[in-house]
Amino acid sequence: MATNAMTRLDPRSRAAKRGWSDLTIRNLFVIPTILFLIVFNIFPLIYSLGYSFTDYAANRNVPWSFIGLKNYRDLLSDDHIWSNFVITAKYVIVSVSGQMLVGFGLALLLNRSFPLKGLVTTLLLLPMMMSAAVVGLFWQLLYSPSWGPINYLFGLGDFAWLSDPDAALYAVAITDIWMWSPFVMLLSLAGLSAVPKHLYEAAAIDRAGAWYTFTRITLPLVAPLLLIALIFRTMEAFKTFDIAYTMTTQPTAELIAIRLYKQAFQQWDTGKSCALAYIVLIMVLAITNIYVKYLNRVKER
Amino acid sequence: MATVRSARKAVLNRLAIVAALIATLVFLGPIYWIASTAFKPKELAVTVPPTVVFTPEITPMIRLFTKRVQIQGATDPAAYAAAPWWEKRIYDGGERVLKVGDAVQLSQYPNRFENSLIVAIISTVLAVSMGTVTAYGFSRFRVAGEADLLFFILSTRMLPPVVVAIPMFLMYRLVGLNDSHIGLIILYVAFNLSFSVWLMKGFMDEIPKEYEEAALVDGYTRMQSFFKIVLPEAATGIAATAVFCFITAWNEYAFALIMTNRRAQTAPPFIPSQIGSGLPDWTTIAAGTFLFLLPVAIFTFALRKHLLRGVTFGAVRK
Repeated sequence: MATNAMTRLDPRSRAAKRGWSDLTIRNLFVIPTILFLIVFNIFPLIYSLGYSFTDYAANRNVPWSFIGLKNYRDLLSDDHIWSNFVITAKYVIVSVSGQMLVGFGLALLLNRSFPLKGLVTTLLLLPMMMSAAVVGLFWQLLYSPSWGPINYLFGLGDFAWLSDPDAALYAVAITDIWMWSPFVMLLSLAGLSAVPKHLYEAAAIDRAGAWYTFTRITLPLVAPLLLIALIFRTMEAFKTFDIAYTMTTQPTAELIAIRLYKQAFQQWDTGKSCALAYIVLIMVLAITNIYVKYLNRVKER
Repeated sequence: MATVRSARKAVLNRLAIVAALIATLVFLGPIYWIASTAFKPKELAVTVPPTVVFTPEITPMIRLFTKRVQIQGATDPAAYAAAPWWEKRIYDGGERVLKVGDAVQLSQYPNRFENSLIVAIISTVLAVSMGTVTAYGFSRFRVAGEADLLFFILSTRMLPPVVVAIPMFLMYRLVGLNDSHIGLIILYVAFNLSFSVWLMKGFMDEIPKEYEEAALVDGYTRMQSFFKIVLPEAATGIAATAVFCFITAWNEYAFALIMTNRRAQTAPPFIPSQIGSGLPDWTTIAAGTFLFLLPVAIFTFALRKHLLRGVTFGAVRK
């Protein structure tokens, strides 16, 4: 394996011979991290791949046996699992589109200079820095029937958001929108502030309408960053566990990650859970792949 | 070129600013609510209509940190008279602080908070130091299959926690790492390391190579130039990366829920578990939540210049 130092120093020069060689330093710096990640991220996955072909139950001390692809077959023909995927898809669509609209809207409002702009922007970013589990907890307080501030403000009386089978998923999505719109806002603001001012000036001279300016100048130039926000949020929303798990126990809001958790750590159906984890993993990796491709494309600009 | 601006535009501009300020207030509403509930008298926490103006008190904080029982019957007047002011507030609420001899018994909260601190700080130090050197390696040397390795590193971060947690739980059980600080620290280092490598690589790429080249010519070894030239130049980046890693570890819920239950349990799984059955005491829960969110709020302000970069893994810089 050839190595090249960044410097163009002659390898036979004195400078290159002092201390450890670049090859040693590179290996010393890079290999431990790669090994660590393999041992603690990849090895466990190989371990669980093995279990996904068994009927192993981690809470019982009985011998387990290989059952081939039965777990996968059972899962893929299980209506319950499919309904969890449908719930997750609904959640992803509602919550991510809400975040895109609210976040981009906020960015459009904030994309001008005014006093305290820095403070306002930072304050708006607070929600996404918080622990999703704790956010879910205190939104329970806000959603409380009868005395909760949300029902009071909107005159909803005793409406129980989180124990209503139809509303629970949307209540969680609203909280998620509150939490993550700032993320979309942050990326949109970066995109908006990079649009060259002279384009707007030229459009104004040409007497272009506001809508025309928005669709022909603003949107195309912000689009790459919006797309990154969209893919990243889709990926994260698909994996959602904390916020939904602490907010509601409604089966209609049982996202796939919650289903997986219950199957693994409440029903102790370990073998089958490993198989389900693999199905989820493949989906996440597919979205990640798209995400990284776009990240690299934006980086190259 | 002068900007063409009509009076109508100026009005619209002002309306947008007003709308932005209102939106900010709406966004801060939930945070204000939890923060204010943390200082409310118990009886004002669940009123209809909700109480907005009240005299703040720190009784919820006292309740958060102490173990108490309901008083059966009348309060002992002698004990009440001898009690310090904060204990009187507990008596006033119809409760009594549990003591062993003269020592007040602490609730589980301080211990969970301490666990959170231990796990978050140690895992951050490890993830950032490993991430920094690895990022330097990727930034300055040619590594075979670099793009694939970086993708591999990033993808380990994208794994859903529950997916990784199942095999980790089984393996930890074999080696006895369940419900231990070290077990949780390893998981958080593995989780944050990829983030730290990506973010630090961006910062390293920005440090001009010429600085080190000059140092090498001046007789430094590569290691000396790394420690004496590169690390000081990267200090801001290292600090920002550390704060991001700390916040992630501090906030993490799924691993902590699955891997810990008593000894090493951190605050995120503990705080929601306090709701339990019956009527929860929201002021005490709010007090716990408020204290837990406070460090993150402070850090967010410290990080504001690097937020964009942090949340996009260093891909988008301003």
